[in-house]
Amino acid sequence: MLDTLMLSRIQFAANISFHILFPTITIALCWFLVFFKVRFDMTGNPVWMRAYRFWVKIFALSFALGVVSGITMSFQFGTNWPGFMEKVGNIAGPLLGYEVLTAFFLEATFLGIMLFGIKRVPPKVHTLACLIVALGTTLSAFWILSLNSWLQTPTGFEMRDGVAFPTDWFAIIFNPSFPYRLAHMLLASGLTASFLIIGISCYRLLKGDDKQAPKLTLKVALIVAAVLAPLQAFVGDLHGLNTLEHQPQKIAAMEGVWHTEKGAPLLLFAIPDEEQRTNHFEIGIPNLASLILTHEMEGEIKGLNEFIGEHPPVKPVFFGFRIMVGLGLLMIAASWFGLYQLKRRNKLPPWLMRGFVLLTFSGWLATLAGWYVTEIGRQPYLVSGVLKVSDAATQIAPGNVGFSLILYLSVYVILLAAYLHTVFLMARRAVEIEEFEPNQQPVKSSLTHGENAYV
Amino acid sequence: MFDQHTLAIIFVSLMGLATLMYAILDGYDLGVGILLPLNDEQSADTMIASIGPFWDANETWLVLAIGLLLIAFPTAHSIVLQALYIPCTLMLIGLIMRGVAFDFRAKAIVAHKRRWDSVFKTGSLLASLAQGYMLGLYVMGFTNTLEAHGFALLSAIGVSAAYTFIGSAWLVMKTEGTLQQRAITVCQSTVIITFIGIFTVSLVNLLLSPDIYQKWFALPYALILIPIPLICASFFILCWFVLKRLAKQPKVGASLPFFFALLIFSLSFFGLAFSFFPEIVPGQLTIWQAVAAPESLNFLLWGALIVVPTILAYTAFSYRVFWGKVDELRYY
Repeated sequence: MLDTLMLSRIQFAANISFHILFPTITIALCWFLVFFKVRFDMTGNPVWMRAYRFWVKIFALSFALGVVSGITMSFQFGTNWPGFMEKVGNIAGPLLGYEVLTAFFLEATFLGIMLFGIKRVPPKVHTLACLIVALGTTLSAFWILSLNSWLQTPTGFEMRDGVAFPTDWFAIIFNPSFPYRLAHMLLASGLTASFLIIGISCYRLLKGDDKQAPKLTLKVALIVAAVLAPLQAFVGDLHGLNTLEHQPQKIAAMEGVWHTEKGAPLLLFAIPDEEQRTNHFEIGIPNLASLILTHEMEGEIKGLNEFIGEHPPVKPVFFGFRIMVGLGLLMIAASWFGLYQLKRRNKLPPWLMRGFVLLTFSGWLATLAGWYVTEIGRQPYLVSGVLKVSDAATQIAPGNVGFSLILYLSVYVILLAAYLHTVFLMARRAVEIEEFEPNQQPVKSSLTHGENAYV
Repeated sequence: MFDQHTLAIIFVSLMGLATLMYAILDGYDLGVGILLPLNDEQSADTMIASIGPFWDANETWLVLAIGLLLIAFPTAHSIVLQALYIPCTLMLIGLIMRGVAFDFRAKAIVAHKRRWDSVFKTGSLLASLAQGYMLGLYVMGFTNTLEAHGFALLSAIGVSAAYTFIGSAWLVMKTEGTLQQRAITVCQSTVIITFIGIFTVSLVNLLLSPDIYQKWFALPYALILIPIPLICASFFILCWFVLKRLAKQPKVGASLPFFFALLIFSLSFFGLAFSFFPEIVPGQLTIWQAVAAPESLNFLLWGALIVVPTILAYTAFSYRVFWGKVDELRYY
């Protein structure tokens, strides 16, 4: 029988894993929508409006799922992790508070205007509403990543009677790992949204859609992916170096280094063995891990032996990292090859399009894998060096937590299935819709109210 | 910079404001959800369209209220939420169901649309009942007795009726024709149930706790306080007469019932909040025992002083944009 702590952990992991899927899409998808809308305002070309209209529906659906799964999070701190707020609430509280005040209301209110107000406000105001929603979602990422990074690399506080008190808010918000984690997450969102757009656009083209809009969105998203994917590798590397400096035990687990060594190899594959504290079936490139992390062939990497009892479980961190990096490399290759094909032949070969359909939700997998690395990599601590996860858990009876866990899990499974089903359903429907209704003409000047009449 | 004593009062007031905003705003859209007809697609579409642009921001007030409890009174947050674990979970499931059904219904194939409508309706009802149940347990000081749960059950029905009342009042304001007539009929019956509900909760509150009785009937405050329930009761009566007239003349003054509902909610909330102040967990914890560190609250307060008026301003802007009778809801 699982105890309350384990059940709470599973429940929180399930909730946050489900939740993160949707912001990961919406943060960047909204900037795509702003781009489509601004291009339409500038050119008056109705294809941009078509692209906007299709993708805003997927945006709205993803946003709704993000909102409802996010509300549960704010309750779980109290219900399942009372020790968290009692110990570090003085720091976590205001950061969450600023997220609600500056981001949640902004995005929620202007989302109403963005989704339903296009005929009720002038076009410029509508475009502005889209921009504000995009800013709101990004701002929300800013605050929550600041808080998460503080849990990883806490600074700017002092402990009094076992409770954390803030001493320097600037140091708290801009804690050492925050800039790297924020950049890494925003790029992850950009890639997730790009590959979603690429995948769904290819799906429509494969289903015989001959309209301009999916071709246009495919091209835009391919260009964005081809730029962001290598950039992500670069930022990821910087993030890794930052982690090495502040959380060496996490790096040791990621690289599967059981004993401090010089000239450590980069392990492409291995099966870490927690009991014997060694790896089996290692395949590695000599000295490469040392070279990447210390920029020296014989650089020293601290092993897990220096953090006994204080380091995370190795297997999930080790494999999560390889899945993330593997998907990242695949994204670089796929986006560059796709763009090359598009430049050369002006369209993609069907086999490649089918490949892109398979990669539609690759961003989700990479993002989840990455978050598992960083979150499991922080174990056994909730706040590095300050609070252990086991000390924050609730006293509620395990039966109650089991009950809520089963409810959440069943709801999430149904919702995920419904979401995937609906996204592809919308894509198939879009195939059948005419590009323009017969009586409408492309408009040259788009700065008047009148132009809204045909959208 | 404020001291801890003042900060506790400021933050409990902010939290009260957020809770009241939530009860009014999400109250009407939960009420509309409860009323959603499952055999009349056109009316269902209009009703959903009337809350479409707002529901998301409305729910954000809940996040703010619970967030402020978490931030300003962390110990109270964990006591309250652990005591309310099961109803709280059910409320969240309800909110999840309705939040997603709202979007799925517009995008699903026609055969599934009705199913999502019933998910929306069930979710709205579940969330309302759970909130009422939690309010009941809170008033009873989280005692685990049969009476407490019986009272919580009554409170669950009362809160759902109140939400249905404000929801139907919203529809009276936002719709026309037969739908509006139906809303007027519902509003007429729910206004009576809500009156009985609020009356009962107030009475139980007074009888149960001598402290609360003392607070309301001791001079000089009694002179200011006693009129509150009287004014509230007269709003109920006025609302009832307005509805009666609206049934014959639906064009003039259709927004009055909603504004009466708004005033009734505000006064009842004030009454309840006053009864418990300064206790944040009834019988266990005052706001001053539960308040967080002043350096944290001051840091948040400066932001809140700038941001909250801004939020209120753009919320008003959004309501102005969608002012008047609802028209067809279309995604663009």
